[in-house]
Amino acid sequence: MSTKPATLFDKVWDSHVVRKIEGGPDVLFIDRHFIHEVTSPVAFLGLEARHLKVMFPEKTFATADHNTPTINQHVPVQDPLSANQLKALEVNAARYGISHWGLGNPKNGIVHVVGPENGITLPGMTIVCGDSHTSTHGAFGAIAFGIGTSEVEMVLSSQCIMQPKPKKMRISVNGRLGKGLTPKDVVLYIISKLTAAGATGYFVEFAGEVFRNMSMEGRMTVCNMSIEMGARGGMIAPDETTFTYIKGREKAPAGAAWDKALAYWKTLPTEDGATFDKEYRFEAADIEPMITYGTNPGMGIGITRHIPVEDGGSKASYDKSLEYMGFHKDDAMLGKKVDYVFVGSCTNGRIEDFRAFASIVKNRRKADHVTAWIVPGSHIVEQQIKEEGILDILTAAGFQLRQPGCSACLAMNDDKIPAGKYAVSTSNRNFEGRQGPGARTMLASPLVAAAAAVTGVVTDPRTLMAE
Amino acid sequence: MAYDKFTVLTSSAVPMPIENVDTDQIIPARFLKATERKGFGDNLFRDWRYNADNTPKRDFVLNNPIYTGKILVGGKNFGSGSSREHAAWAIYDYGFRCVISSFFADIFKNNSLNIGILPVQVSPAFLDRIFRAIEADPKAELEVNLPEQTITILATGERESFEINSYKKHNLMNGYDDIDYLQSMKEDIKVFADKSVY
Repeated sequence: MSTKPATLFDKVWDSHVVRKIEGGPDVLFIDRHFIHEVTSPVAFLGLEARHLKVMFPEKTFATADHNTPTINQHVPVQDPLSANQLKALEVNAARYGISHWGLGNPKNGIVHVVGPENGITLPGMTIVCGDSHTSTHGAFGAIAFGIGTSEVEMVLSSQCIMQPKPKKMRISVNGRLGKGLTPKDVVLYIISKLTAAGATGYFVEFAGEVFRNMSMEGRMTVCNMSIEMGARGGMIAPDETTFTYIKGREKAPAGAAWDKALAYWKTLPTEDGATFDKEYRFEAADIEPMITYGTNPGMGIGITRHIPVEDGGSKASYDKSLEYMGFHKDDAMLGKKVDYVFVGSCTNGRIEDFRAFASIVKNRRKADHVTAWIVPGSHIVEQQIKEEGILDILTAAGFQLRQPGCSACLAMNDDKIPAGKYAVSTSNRNFEGRQGPGARTMLASPLVAAAAAVTGVVTDPRTLMAE
Repeated sequence: MAYDKFTVLTSSAVPMPIENVDTDQIIPARFLKATERKGFGDNLFRDWRYNADNTPKRDFVLNNPIYTGKILVGGKNFGSGSSREHAAWAIYDYGFRCVISSFFADIFKNNSLNIGILPVQVSPAFLDRIFRAIEADPKAELEVNLPEQTITILATGERESFEINSYKKHNLMNGYDDIDYLQSMKEDIKVFADKSVY
């Protein structure tokens, strides 16, 4: 045993290396593999072409989410291409003996919501999926990251992928979050400081008081967006909050297995004196509710601020971005007109997000000109929304609840923001055309989304909250 | 899926001096609905390349016949965002075999290497020199030499070396992929899996 203090990341990574290739990547064993309808079909075709089997079908879990409609899920999917992908997932899962939560299944939902809520995601695991927001699962102290379709085929056929070990970064945020601040604001603030490429080549550990005090839902929001600063993934050390969340979930260990797992998980956190290749420290007191004004997630500012005159990158790229958004340098964000509000996605589609949204819209009315899409991350979240009375609050305020799926986050289904329209979205990407060709996205928290939905303009949610 | 072996590529290049080119621009999500890997090149940079009525946007570089070649040169942080391998497929299917930038997003870089596209990371200064060379002569040729790990602007002789790990280099030069390698070590993987906690 080495006596050198180890990081959470090193402990999990090193315990999964099957082989180190000289001058090359590590062969990394994968504990959990999630698949969905969009990035898996070609991987299954590859297996077929090579006459390969799925090596450990019990370690792969399939759910349909990217393409699925968010209304009338009981009728056949209208778009033939989407229907074809959903069918392919179902057929492939059945053929290879993979568990499949397809459309209509009570466990169905966004892959990064259903994994944790069913106890599939556990501390100390390696987790991959053909989706960049797989980083979400890092909230549990797992190494989780997105992969391409070739790698999906590798995991199916050998339960391993080949990855160079990333460098290590620690981002600490200390202090206490003020009124109107959510985990989304914390991560948008961090990305605005590091830029959209600031953590490329690194795996991030989020540390400090702010994350220790955060719920699992909040930690998932933060880790989810690690990829938006270029990081391979983000993770947070497991603690009592983690263990309480996991205990009793369907696929979580129970009985003696629970005790054994718990003892192991408690050995995972980064030890005092362990070193990182890069460290950043921020203070909670410096963070205010955030909103993005440009076309990458690094282009975010405090909601009371004005659009900067430059962003440190090339002038041509910056000007192109503002032109796409129809914004100008030094514009105030407050008061900008909002046409659409989207609440949902693997970033902010969990119960806490709908509680936050409801806390603002309660006893208010949706602005007439705003179209709002309120989309739970899973059927389990949808059920919670109903049981907690949140649906009644939404209905009274003029909102409708849709059915689970990725929805307008990437607009693969019919939930597309029209060209030129402005959307305040709780999702993760404000890229050009992300929410529909020509759509203009402002990323923000569920509280900012709620304030926009009831006022029809960009509004500081703190002005609508009780003292 | 098999791909062409990569050794030395000499070609003119298509310049795209835009930073943070994300994979949603390379291939928008609405074109990810295929269940087979074919035809993605038609929709490469779809919304930058075509108007809503499907007519070509005249000012976009791929629609300018002056610029041709098997090399795409992009601004820093190329390939950020979604993990969709479809972005690399679209670039390959369109006919590019090499992408040059001063900085690549990790997943895009991995995806490219896995399907036979060589991502070449150069210094910001050398990237500028490449853009200037193409500006001076749209037919300016670049030589990308994988065995030597060098990139040369042939008109001026300016050269820089680039990094690639020896495993991936060997794969690209021989048209091998990781799946072949992993299949060859299945016994080791089985032994490892038996000891696994999960």
